[in-house]
Amino acid sequence: MFDALSERLQSTLDGVRQRGTLTEADIDAAMREVRLALLEADVNLKVVRQFTSTVKERALGADIVGSLNPGQQVIGIVHQELVELLGGEASDLQFAGKPPTVILLAGLQGSGKTTAAAKLAHLLKDQYGSSVALAACDIYRPAAVEQLVTMGERAGATVYERGTDIDAVTIATWALEEATKAGKDVLIVDTAGRLSIDEELMDELKRVSAAVRPDNTLLVVDAMTGQDAVNVAENFGAAVTLDGVVMTKLDGDARGGAALSVKAITGKPIMFASTGEKIPDFERFHPDRMAQRLLGMGDVLSLIEQAEKHADEEDAKDMERKMRRGELTFDDFLKQIKMMRRMGSFSSLLGMLPGVGKQLKGVNIDDKAVDRLEAIILSMTPAERRDPKIINGSRKRRIAAGSGTTIQEVGKLINQFEQMRKVMKQMSRGKGPDMAQLMAQMGRK
Amino acid sequence: MARDWSDLVLLPEGASAPTPVAPEQRRGFFKRFREGLGRTREALGAEVRATLFDTLDAEAWERLEEALIGADVGAPATARIVARLEEIAGGGATGEALTDELTKLLAQGATVATEEARAIDLRARPSVILVVGVNGTGKTTSTGKLAHHLRTTLGLKVVLAAADTFRAAAVEQLQVWGERSGTEVITGPEGSDPGAVAFQAIDRAIATDADVVVIDTAGRLHTQDQLMAELGKIRRVIGNRLEGAPHETLLTIDATTGQNGLRQAEIFSSVTPVDGIVLTKLDGTAKGGIAIAIADKLKIPVKLVGVGEGVEDLRPFDADDFASALLK
Repeated sequence: MFDALSERLQSTLDGVRQRGTLTEADIDAAMREVRLALLEADVNLKVVRQFTSTVKERALGADIVGSLNPGQQVIGIVHQELVELLGGEASDLQFAGKPPTVILLAGLQGSGKTTAAAKLAHLLKDQYGSSVALAACDIYRPAAVEQLVTMGERAGATVYERGTDIDAVTIATWALEEATKAGKDVLIVDTAGRLSIDEELMDELKRVSAAVRPDNTLLVVDAMTGQDAVNVAENFGAAVTLDGVVMTKLDGDARGGAALSVKAITGKPIMFASTGEKIPDFERFHPDRMAQRLLGMGDVLSLIEQAEKHADEEDAKDMERKMRRGELTFDDFLKQIKMMRRMGSFSSLLGMLPGVGKQLKGVNIDDKAVDRLEAIILSMTPAERRDPKIINGSRKRRIAAGSGTTIQEVGKLINQFEQMRKVMKQMSRGKGPDMAQLMAQMGRK
Repeated sequence: MARDWSDLVLLPEGASAPTPVAPEQRRGFFKRFREGLGRTREALGAEVRATLFDTLDAEAWERLEEALIGADVGAPATARIVARLEEIAGGGATGEALTDELTKLLAQGATVATEEARAIDLRARPSVILVVGVNGTGKTTSTGKLAHHLRTTLGLKVVLAAADTFRAAAVEQLQVWGERSGTEVITGPEGSDPGAVAFQAIDRAIATDADVVVIDTAGRLHTQDQLMAELGKIRRVIGNRLEGAPHETLLTIDATTGQNGLRQAEIFSSVTPVDGIVLTKLDGTAKGGIAIAIADKLKIPVKLVGVGEGVEDLRPFDADDFASALLK
């Protein structure tokens, strides 16, 4: 949203450069562009009004300083105010003094509660080593219980379910007893999707909440939601006390105005963001980083954090040394692939690198293509992996047969690998290669 | 304007006339539809009344603009509608006349010109309906309800294809719908090739002389290129198995969706031409104005609306009703 906004502001404020200061008329013109951009991003109307008036106030009479052009200056103010609005520091879950900590998830149909429940369980298990249980309280949607059971298993959580013939409050109460007995650290209660105006179901939600006394009640909101996001948050907030929000489907191209709106209107922090199809594609929501991502700066910090989480430091040092010397082998490459896999899908990782989002428009990082690369390498002998130069025609044929690929694919991988080694050597001599480009090439079909 | 299922669906020549729906029942549908839209009506109606019956100054037009934006109609479509209305007001029209005019503009905005393009074409036998959309927009539910109506309201023989082989328990969910409507559901193991499931379902429909195959697909974000490519492949498989298929591709759009709905419609269309929108979850506080934005920009009409949880609550879309319910 801000790429286009930035350009539009640039042209709107073109004449200002000579004059040196922003007049009220300039600002008004700029604010019209900001207003439109925010509305197109689905930021709630009330929030947009408030936001533009704040930005206007700050921009009025601001001197054009240094090398910034007026457009950049306004963008700067917009960015600062965005970070402010998205909510200062990252907020965290409340943990109960006496386990289990109970987390209640609520939201509209299709917002992604069941998936979020499993992903949250995985995150808690992964980051705190918590033993997590899930309570299957969606007794309405056909097969919702089965979905939670399957996803819960994948996430390594115990799922408490009693089918769909017992009411949700009873299941929730029973699940809490079971979780307490089993000494679980956390119980996540998955509820049915409901419309905020459905009195009967909202009442059920209140009763579930009263029965399990959650330490955290999180509203699950689809990042693609439009102007209605605020009504939903307000209505749910009126029924149960909300502690925070989980934004889902942030891996799409929705501009996520809903995030901004919900935070601004309800004051509830956005705690988690769901960013992909796989269970590990779930992370803490960082307001400052989100604002940066919105501004096209990439989400470098998140990537670093994820990398740190998974990479063994020794391995990393070793890898770096080999990269510099151009000594990287296919074994190292395989290790790299395995490490990346633990971090989530390639596509979601690449999206976080600054500049890559734009570069990769139209470039397809196919996770299946990566599977094929892996298969090819696994079909090589240790000697071949160490020294790909020895791979001649007949070896290629054997590797292709072994990995279920073609000789061409094997040849292509070896060529690309050689190229990568060369570039890495150059990099160590100070010539900057484009890592993103390289990775994109490797993953291309 | 399509109001009943028999108006919405084009059937082969000489097909047995569907059982007409009793008038009382129809009123029931409308009541529900209006109730579903009630929230929108209140908010937008109040704004519009206040605006169109008062002094028509710049601020008044801005209020109207904001009311439409607030209903997710989107900036471009809103600008066009309000500009046209200003023009008419300039010609001397006021109050009631302007409200009627706005209703008309909104009705036109939500649909397309020709009756045929507004219908669901099931003249081929078997006809194949492909249901696509983003995760959580209500594909499986809409597929289940659609099968129910084709089966019970129109008396057609339906085969369901559970081609969402990705989401855990999606197949079971469709099977429940199949049981409810007495429809055969073709499934494959989880993680299997969705194209193969679609292929088998068409085979089965031909072998059992069924009228319609409805294919439920996995939810996919339109930004996931490999999943979109997979959808393209499913479409090709369907086309290879049965010439002319799919005869109808329906995209589910959640009524709560904001301007991203446009991107969804745009990108899905580029992979598999979309013939109509199923606007789901219109019974909440969401306004569904994105339907107007989509029809306005991409000329894709809304064909069905979901206004509740029950199997009866999937309804043929009626643009005039939609627009007047928005305003009255």
